[in-house]
Amino acid sequence: MESLTCASSHVPPRPLSGASLLAPVKVSYHAIQSALKKALQGERLSFEDGVNLYHSPDLLELGAVANEVNLKKNGRDVYFNVNRHINPTNICAMSCKFCAFSRKPGEEGAYAYSEDEIAHRAKMAADSGATEIHMVGGLHPRWKLSNYTNIIRTVKQVAPHVHVKAFTAVELDWLARKERITVAELITQLRDAGLGSFPGGGAEIFTPYVRELICDTKLTGDGWLEIHKTAHKMGLRSNCTMLYGHIEDIPARIDHMMRLRQLQDETSGFNVFIPLAYQPENNELGINRHTYGVDDLKTVAIARLMLDNFRHIKSYWIMTGERVAQTALHYGANDLDGTVVEEKIANMAGSQSGMAMAKSRLLRVIRDAGRIPVERSTVYEPIRRFDNPAEDALQ
Amino acid sequence: MNPYSLNCPVTPVWREFEKPLKPNSTPAAAGFQEAPTLSGINQRDAERQKVIAGQVRESKVHDALMQAQISQTQDPQLRAAYETALAGKRLSGEQGQLLLDAGDLNLLGWLATRAKERFHPAGKVSFLIDRNINYTNICRIGCDFCAFYRRGHESDSYVLPKEEIFKKIEETIELGGTGTLMQGGVNPHLKIEYYEDLFRSIKERYKIHLHALSVIEIEGIAQVSRLTVAETIDRLKAAGLDSIPGAGAEILSDEIRLEQSPVKRHSHRWIKVMQEAHRADLPTTATMMFGALEERKHIIEHILRIRDAQDETQGFYAFILWTFQGENTELAKKNPGMQQTSGAEYLRVLAVSRLMMDNIPNIQGSWVTMGPKIGQISLHYGANDMGSIMIEENVVSAAGTSYTLDRANMIDLIRRSGFTPVQRDTYYNILAEYPETSAQ
Repeated sequence: MESLTCASSHVPPRPLSGASLLAPVKVSYHAIQSALKKALQGERLSFEDGVNLYHSPDLLELGAVANEVNLKKNGRDVYFNVNRHINPTNICAMSCKFCAFSRKPGEEGAYAYSEDEIAHRAKMAADSGATEIHMVGGLHPRWKLSNYTNIIRTVKQVAPHVHVKAFTAVELDWLARKERITVAELITQLRDAGLGSFPGGGAEIFTPYVRELICDTKLTGDGWLEIHKTAHKMGLRSNCTMLYGHIEDIPARIDHMMRLRQLQDETSGFNVFIPLAYQPENNELGINRHTYGVDDLKTVAIARLMLDNFRHIKSYWIMTGERVAQTALHYGANDLDGTVVEEKIANMAGSQSGMAMAKSRLLRVIRDAGRIPVERSTVYEPIRRFDNPAEDALQ
Repeated sequence: MNPYSLNCPVTPVWREFEKPLKPNSTPAAAGFQEAPTLSGINQRDAERQKVIAGQVRESKVHDALMQAQISQTQDPQLRAAYETALAGKRLSGEQGQLLLDAGDLNLLGWLATRAKERFHPAGKVSFLIDRNINYTNICRIGCDFCAFYRRGHESDSYVLPKEEIFKKIEETIELGGTGTLMQGGVNPHLKIEYYEDLFRSIKERYKIHLHALSVIEIEGIAQVSRLTVAETIDRLKAAGLDSIPGAGAEILSDEIRLEQSPVKRHSHRWIKVMQEAHRADLPTTATMMFGALEERKHIIEHILRIRDAQDETQGFYAFILWTFQGENTELAKKNPGMQQTSGAEYLRVLAVSRLMMDNIPNIQGSWVTMGPKIGQISLHYGANDMGSIMIEENVVSAAGTSYTLDRANMIDLIRRSGFTPVQRDTYYNILAEYPETSAQ
């Protein structure tokens, strides 16, 4: 991963005080203005630009510029999809400090769905018009490759037309090592079973000095990127995420975005970037606050400006709440994710957004923001553009 | 679970604000000053505006972008509305409606921020430490959108004893609070003598602002005490009432109002009682509760009514927007399809309110009904104030919404939004400023 180390050279290892997140840093007025001008002219932003923009006190200005950049790329269309999450198991060999979802085998609340339970959920999803099933789960110590391929086949059997987007790079890495096969071989087998693309989870923060504090046993940042690169080279698309609002600092966030930008330059394999707001409950990290609304919006706007080679930036309503997610549509986001239906990972960590949003509410939320709802497939092909507001009520 | 609790190990900058204030020999919070009269408030605000008018604003990338957007607006009427707002001229009702329906949210935010900066120094946002004391929940009105009221026969009906009110006030002062917002139901058993006695005994003991009652309560007191509204207001003022909160305005449109709350009378009564207070040199605020079945035209009607009344009597020193909270209310039960106000809609209404209300200096963002996240964001859409940290609040929480903030969280929320937090009293006198701490 030599090609990916240059971005990280911007960030020397340092002790994290958390102060840079809390105390505003004075950045010169000209530095911010010149970064914004660059962004408006379509120039690529540097690491320093990104950091400076984060310290701008003028949220609206950042939003207006990100909005402008987004409108040039996507017009007034805002994407959503009709999807369902299935988390096949929460039994996990890993212990990430920010996680409230994982359980050890035999621990209270540990579960692993049978194939029937998965089939039942997939059937419900297909019947309700879902076009995507999103599946991620824990690293079950006793599950083999056959368990994973069976899960995909089960879903495909009851819902043949539904796109299966499943398993993070962390799960792939774990499984490949367990089965003693290469990641490429693993991906081939999963694809043969019916897998369509990969979700973007497990990225957290790549930057080593943060990653070792929040999930030291997990796949490294470089490892994560390597797996996505492999998938892209095999013709499979994937998403990418960033977990922010915990102990990371602003340089780590920008570093994270730059590493993604670099891989995207190489492969163009990412569909979308999804900032994930940290959820503070029931975990070991000891940070008990939700992210700030202004931070959520800034992160979306700066991602839009930094990630000039991404067409789509998602504001994921599960993490920030519907109201902030909707507002983010004016800060550079052009996607709200979907109906979700049953979300466990963020909800167990204190997300206050509930688990499901009806399609009619998604339409209303997008319309209220003055945008045009477009239902999309997992890989961002438009399925239906809802040009006529009068038809919303029929959904 | 408090979403902003302070168990975070990496937040040393918060700690300095957690120190309790030293109790004073005469019980009063730090910086407490006697409540100003209405004319005093107006004079002070006029002087503040004069100072601000002399300040020059730096031109930014943002300004050019927004100005280009205005000049590229296709609809000539919408463009005219934008231009009127930018010039700081008065918007007509039609223009307000147009901005609400078709205005671009980014542009509205920018215009509202410009409008805000005509009243307030750029870069500062105020908050208040006070306590809501709901002295009774017995009410003979019973509005459809309310989950707080009781009829008097239920086991959880109450009238707070004086001692308990005193205790709450002492706790408030202890926490640095300068005011109480005292409101209750329209309790038919409480006559003016009860209130006179209560207010006098509070004022004898404590230095605290009494921002109390509401139009409907004052009318209720007048009725059971066989007094006119003017007499009632005079007697309450003499007993220590400092100002009247603008609650109960809901939406001042009879079309909507009679539907939601038939007993709360026609909207002109609300304005009349408030203006009666203004004539007695008693300051008041005005509110709007939206997101409950009204249409956008009713929102504009409400804003216009208050703006007109303000032109006449100059007595509203703040305008406060709330969104309807559905849980446990009759209105939500009767209208199961009703949807919650979305974030963008709230920010849009807030921004247009700031643009329309050219004669009221202060507009509050409501973190209480919209949550701390949108509350913080609202500071960029025309709000110059985060309202109170609300040591106690019963009415909104009865309708299913419960957010809490303490002083440290409030300061941090404002600061992280890009502003310098200032603590104010009920009447927007600045008590303390919390400038930025330097980064490590």
